[in-house]
Amino acid sequence: MPVIFEKSVPGRRGILLPECDVPIMGEIPEKYLRGQDAELCELSELDVVRHFSELSQNNLGVDTAFYPLGSCTMKYNPKVNEAVANLEGFWNLHPFLPQLDRGGMFTQGAFQVMYELEQLLCEISGMKAFTLHPMAGAHGELTGMMCIAAYHRDKGNRKTEVLIPDEAHGTNPSSATIAGYRSRSMPTDKLTGMLDVTELENLVSEETAAIMLTNPNTLGIFNSNIMRIAEIAHRHDAMVYYDGANLNAVLGKFRPGDAGIDVMHINLHKTFSTPHGGGGPGAGPVGVGETLEPYLPISRVIKRTDGTYVLSYQYPKSIGYMSPFYGNFLIYLRALAYILINGKEGLIEVSENAVLNANYVMHRLKDVYALPYDRPCMHEFVLSAARQVEKGIRALDIAKALIDYGFHPPTVYFPLIVKEALMIEPTETESKETLDAFIQAMRDIAEKAQADPESVQSAPATTPVNRPDEVKAAREIDLNYPVKRDS
Amino acid sequence: MSYVANTEAQRKEMLEACGVSSMEELFSVIPIELRPHSFDLPEGKSELEVFTYLSGLARRNYSHLVYFLGGGIYDHFIPSAVNALAGRGEFYTAYTPYQAECSQGTLQAIYEYQTQICRLTGMEVSNASLYDGGSALCEACNMALNATDRSRIVMDGGVNPVYRTMVRTYTANLSIEFEEVPFILGQSDRESIFDALNEDTAAVILQNPNFFGVMDDHSDIVAHCHDRGVLVVQSVYPIAMALLKTPGEMDVDIVTGEGQSLGLPLGFGGPYLGFMATRRKLVRKMPGRIVGRTIDRNGHESFVLTLQAREQHIRREKATSNICTNQALCALRAHIYLSLLGREGLKKVARLCVAKTTYAKERFRLIPGVEVVDCGPVFNEFAVLLPIPAAEVIGRLIERGIAPGLPLGRFYPGMDDLMLVAVTEKRTKFDIGRLAENVEAVLCQ
Repeated sequence: MPVIFEKSVPGRRGILLPECDVPIMGEIPEKYLRGQDAELCELSELDVVRHFSELSQNNLGVDTAFYPLGSCTMKYNPKVNEAVANLEGFWNLHPFLPQLDRGGMFTQGAFQVMYELEQLLCEISGMKAFTLHPMAGAHGELTGMMCIAAYHRDKGNRKTEVLIPDEAHGTNPSSATIAGYRSRSMPTDKLTGMLDVTELENLVSEETAAIMLTNPNTLGIFNSNIMRIAEIAHRHDAMVYYDGANLNAVLGKFRPGDAGIDVMHINLHKTFSTPHGGGGPGAGPVGVGETLEPYLPISRVIKRTDGTYVLSYQYPKSIGYMSPFYGNFLIYLRALAYILINGKEGLIEVSENAVLNANYVMHRLKDVYALPYDRPCMHEFVLSAARQVEKGIRALDIAKALIDYGFHPPTVYFPLIVKEALMIEPTETESKETLDAFIQAMRDIAEKAQADPESVQSAPATTPVNRPDEVKAAREIDLNYPVKRDS
Repeated sequence: MSYVANTEAQRKEMLEACGVSSMEELFSVIPIELRPHSFDLPEGKSELEVFTYLSGLARRNYSHLVYFLGGGIYDHFIPSAVNALAGRGEFYTAYTPYQAECSQGTLQAIYEYQTQICRLTGMEVSNASLYDGGSALCEACNMALNATDRSRIVMDGGVNPVYRTMVRTYTANLSIEFEEVPFILGQSDRESIFDALNEDTAAVILQNPNFFGVMDDHSDIVAHCHDRGVLVVQSVYPIAMALLKTPGEMDVDIVTGEGQSLGLPLGFGGPYLGFMATRRKLVRKMPGRIVGRTIDRNGHESFVLTLQAREQHIRREKATSNICTNQALCALRAHIYLSLLGREGLKKVARLCVAKTTYAKERFRLIPGVEVVDCGPVFNEFAVLLPIPAAEVIGRLIERGIAPGLPLGRFYPGMDDLMLVAVTEKRTKFDIGRLAENVEAVLCQ
C-alpha cells in the first residue's frame, strides 16, 4: 500500500486547533527560524484513520492469531489492563509533581501502585528489593550489571569478565560490555542442554565479576544445578545474574531469590502480560538480594509509619538515574492489574498451563521434526528443521509456510547453538483446539517438505509481500521516503 | 482467576498425550530443595474488583491540576484518533516485526515514522526509536565515542539536568572523561565550550531550546567543533522543530529528543519515546532497530528490519548498543499525531505555544516583586525570579489547583528563587490569568 506521504493533498487539514486567545503573537527572530516548512502530510482525519486501519490489517497480533514466538511469551493481553492504564488519574499525572514541595501528597495513589507492585514482585521472585525504573528487559540487564560493577568497585575488587552460556540472549553479552566487562562464553552440555558445570569450574576465577543465567534457559530446559552454580560463583566473590525472561515457566514452582541469585530482571511484557506493542514499550524491573540493594537506582518509593508514601534519594551508593523518572509507569500499572486478578492460584495455573501446552505440542511434533534436546521442556522447546533441510527446506521456509495457515511463525535460528532452530512457545492462554490446529499445520508442512518442497519454498502465498530482499535493503539503504518537491 | 482456556478434561487429555499423570510431574525437574520457601500472594480477584480498586488509587492522584509544569515533559493536546488507532489490537499485541510478511503494518509505520523524524529535524536517517529522550542522549554519547574513537564528552549546562545525570550513570563503567560547561543564564556559552575542547573530545552535547526554554542557533559551535574533528549532538524539542532552525540546517551530527509531546500522555514518567536521527555516513554506528524499504520476490515494495549486523542478537558483545526493542507503540502514536496535525497543524501548535508563553511572560511582569528572566528568545518555557524560594510558591499554588512550574534550585545550586514556567497550547488566557493572580496572592500573604 502507498506510504502516507504519497496520499498528502496540499491544503487539506486534519485536526482543528483553537484560535489564539491571547492578544500577543510573539515573534521568533528570523535567525532562529527554519528555512523551509517540515514536509509533513496534509490529510483529513478520515484519511489518517483509513491509512492506519489498513496498516493494522497487514499485521498479525495475539488478538488476531496464534503467536508462538519462542522466548517472547506472546500470551493474551487482557483488555482490563488497557482500561486501567487509561484512567485519567494515572494517564494525566505529571512525573515532576511529586518532586515539588508537598507534591508527593498529590500522587499517593501512583506511589501505592509502585510500592505494592514492588512488594508483589519480591514475593513472587524471592528477591529482597525491586526497582521499577528499567524501561525494558535489556535495560534491566544493564541496570543489574551496573549494580554489580558498582559493588565490585566499592569493594576494590579487580574484576574483568562476565561468564555467559552460549545459548543466552544476545542482550546478555552486550549489556556486560556497557557495564565495562569482557564476556566469556560457556558451553552447554550437549546431552542435557544445561550449562556444563565442570566447564564453569574451569572458567571461573578471581577475574569473574558475574555469571549470567537464564533458567529455564533458551532451550526451555530447567537447570537444577542453579544453587551449586551460585555457590561456585560466590566462592570467587562473583555475583549471579538471573535473566528472568523465562519466569513465566516457574511461577510458584521456583524463586530465584531462594537459590542464592543476587540480581535479576523480569520482563513484565512477557510473564505479566503487558502488551508487546509491536516491539515496545516494555518494562524490566530489577530485583536484588541484600548484597546489591544499596546500589539500586534512585529514586525509590518508601512507606512511612503513617501509611503514606514518599520518594527517597538517600542512597549514597546508588548507581544513579537509569530512567528520567520512575520507569514505564503505565506499563507496570498494567502488570499490577494482571497480578491482582490472577492472584496466587492464578499465577501457579499460568506456569502449569504454559508448561503443559509446550510439552503437548512438543510431544505431538517430535516424530516429524528433529528435537535436539529430547527432554521434558518447560514453557518452550526448540525443534530443528535438520530433517527437512535434506529436501532443501529450511527453518525459514517452515516459518513462512505457517503464515499461510494463519499462524505467526515461531522464533527461527535462535538459540544459535541449534542448527535450523524453530523455537516454539505456545503460552498458557491458548486452547487445545488452537494447539491442535497448529500441530496439524506443522505436520502438513513437514509432509509437503517431502512431497512438494517447492510449495514450501514459495510460501507465503496469502500475504501482501513475499520474502522481501534483505540483502538489497542493507546494501541500497532506503530508510525514509524522499521529499518530492514540485517544480 | 487466570486467563487459561483449557478445561480440566482437556488438561487431563493433554497430560496423557505427554505420558505424565499430573501437572506436578511436569515440574519434577525442579528438585524439592529449590521449591519456593514462600509464595504468599493475595487470592485472585475479579476484573470488576480490581478495576474498582485501581480506579480508587487513580482518584487519589491530583491529575486535574492546571499544569505550567514542563522540564522536558509537557501537557499537550492529544487528538482522539491517536488513542483509537494506536489502540487497535493488531498493532499493540504484535511484537518486533521479525517476520516481514505478517508485519508489514508495523514495518511500514516505522518507515513512515523515520521519515517524519527526518523531515522534522532535517536529518538524513532516523532509527525506529529508543526508550526516552534521556537514554537516547546516552546512546548518542556512546555512538559519538565509537564513531570518533575518542574518550571525552563536553556537556553544555543548558542540557536537561536529568539527562546529564543519566549520561553519567550510563557511562560510569566506561573509561570516559566528562566535562560540564557551567550554565550561565542565556544561550550556550561559546567561549567556555571552545575552551573545553581538546584532541580527545568526541562530542559536544547541546540542547535546543535549552532547559530554560532559550532557543539558539548552534551553527557556529558546530563549525568550530567540526574543524577539530569533534561531533555535535543536539537534544531537541520536537514541537519546536515545526518553526525553529533544524539540527540539519546547523549541520549537527546526531539529534535526539523526547517524543512525549507528540501524542503521548504525561503518564507519570512513561512510557515515553526517545527519537534519534543522524547523518547517512554514521548510520552503521547508530543503535536500535532500523526499517528499510526494499522489494520482494515479485518486485513488490516491501519493508524489513535492516542493518541488523549492528545489533546485539547478531553482534552480541560487539553490538552498537544492548538495546533490543524500540518503543514501537509510542513511535506509532507520534507518527499518528504528526499525520493528524500535519504541516500546518504542527506549526499552529508551535505558534500557540510561543504566543501564550509570550503573553504569560508579560503577565508575570505585572506582578510586584517578580522579575522575568530575559536571557534570550524563548519557545514555550521561561524562568521567573521570585522574592521568596520557588519551592514555597509552588507548594502553595498546588493547593489552589495549579502546578505553576519547576523550582530551578532543585537542579541548579543557588537558583532557589527561580521558577521555570511552561505554557502549551492547552492553556487559555484565563488559565494564565489565574496563574498570575494566584502567584500574586501567595506573594502578598
